[in-house]
Amino acid sequence: MRIAILGFGSVGRGIARALLAKDLDITVTGLADSRSGIIDAGGIDLAAALAQKENGGPCGNAGVSPGDVVAKAEYDVLVEVTPTNVETGEPALGHIREALRRGRHVVTSNKGPIALAYPELRALAEANGVLLKYEATVCGAIPLIHAMQEGLAGNTISRLYGVFNGTCNYILTRMAAEGLTYEQALAEARDLGYAEADPTYDVEGIDAGVKLVILANALLDLHTTLDDVERTGITLLSPEALQLAEDQDCTIRLIGEIIPGAGVLRVSPRIIPKIHPLVVEGTLNAVTVEADLAGDLTFIGKGAGSAETASAVIGDLLYIQSRHVKGS
Amino acid sequence: MKLEMKDQPGQLVAALKPISAVGGNIIAVIHQRETSTPAEALDVQIVLELPEGRLPNLLELFREQGVSVVRIGEERLLYECTLIMIGHLMHTDLSDTVDQIDRTGSAEVTELSLVMPAIDAPSSARITIRSTTRAEMKRAIRILSAVAKQKDLLIIEPLEDA
Repeated sequence: MRIAILGFGSVGRGIARALLAKDLDITVTGLADSRSGIIDAGGIDLAAALAQKENGGPCGNAGVSPGDVVAKAEYDVLVEVTPTNVETGEPALGHIREALRRGRHVVTSNKGPIALAYPELRALAEANGVLLKYEATVCGAIPLIHAMQEGLAGNTISRLYGVFNGTCNYILTRMAAEGLTYEQALAEARDLGYAEADPTYDVEGIDAGVKLVILANALLDLHTTLDDVERTGITLLSPEALQLAEDQDCTIRLIGEIIPGAGVLRVSPRIIPKIHPLVVEGTLNAVTVEADLAGDLTFIGKGAGSAETASAVIGDLLYIQSRHVKGS
Repeated sequence: MKLEMKDQPGQLVAALKPISAVGGNIIAVIHQRETSTPAEALDVQIVLELPEGRLPNLLELFREQGVSVVRIGEERLLYECTLIMIGHLMHTDLSDTVDQIDRTGSAEVTELSLVMPAIDAPSSARITIRSTTRAEMKRAIRILSAVAKQKDLLIIEPLEDA
């Protein structure tokens, strides 16, 4: 199977490393970062591209744009792993549309296009007889979307809730464990690379909200946007509040929650008993799904990271490879 | 509630049956002879939980059994919910915040722990509300959320309902 990769940051490089380490019968024929690109029908030398990128250089030639790779490279699946833009979804959205129109499958880790335009993209994929997969958009390594679409296919979901943002979970874990202020815990998260220089997207609950929108639209047949999510972040939390929770054997976590029947779509800090399965430490994610036949299921795992997100992308790729790509 | 019934074999069982018939749960049965009780009658005190709105039903069944209800104790506040508030709680009139819950008549603030780390810094409080029914608890939380919005306070609700 031939793939083209857009984006050569943490996720793209994680995929390249996994492809180099494992014999998955996948050839990369196109590759682009924000500054350069390579198209090579015979297969790109990923080790060389990785080395070049890690030395601070571009992954390919300055004359080749991501648009060129999408339009001209020979591939079965476009792997779109560029950074998320939650306002417009671009430029990823345009690239995904173009690949689907060309009759190519798409696998993405990019939340923007899926949160903003899932119904349109799904219809476009169906019209062209190809698949659109997006496991990596929600909770990194946890195969939540696959579990809900395949394993829980016959179930009605009455509630879905959990810890969707590792950055917030790290900050709250540290505030509870060490009595740190929000600002101190955030500074620590930045030092460790868990938080961006501008942490708004994480700490205001936008990231968790976008994930809820993806799950609601793609798996629960709701038609929602980020504006429909009632959203409170963690920036105002005090060490005293965490101590007050601790006095009752509880703690505080940023919880995303969907109750389809009641129209609830909400991200907010919540008081939760310390023995609750959703109380996970550090940057972990955890999600509980309440299903009518299966009962309650809780998934816990790494919500971000290079290899972890690559795991989700590669899972989607192999799903497509085993079912839909002939002669691969 | 305190019941009075004939002192005959089988009467106590007959009195307890209607409770399960209306979906109630008996917590305690206290049975003692009091000097004030006529010799042929028996006094029994029962502590029970009933689903909302079933009390009239139960009283009707008791009447049919010939059991008279001497006294019904106060309905207890069965539902409890603990929340945390963060913000300028004192400057925004904490007693008014509490009062807005208490004024409902069916829910009340039963506990409050307040931490004020520094002058002019936001304070944090843990507030426990009790109510007679689940619906009243939801209403109390809605009121508190509306007050919090108005006073620019952050309310942290529990993950699970009361």
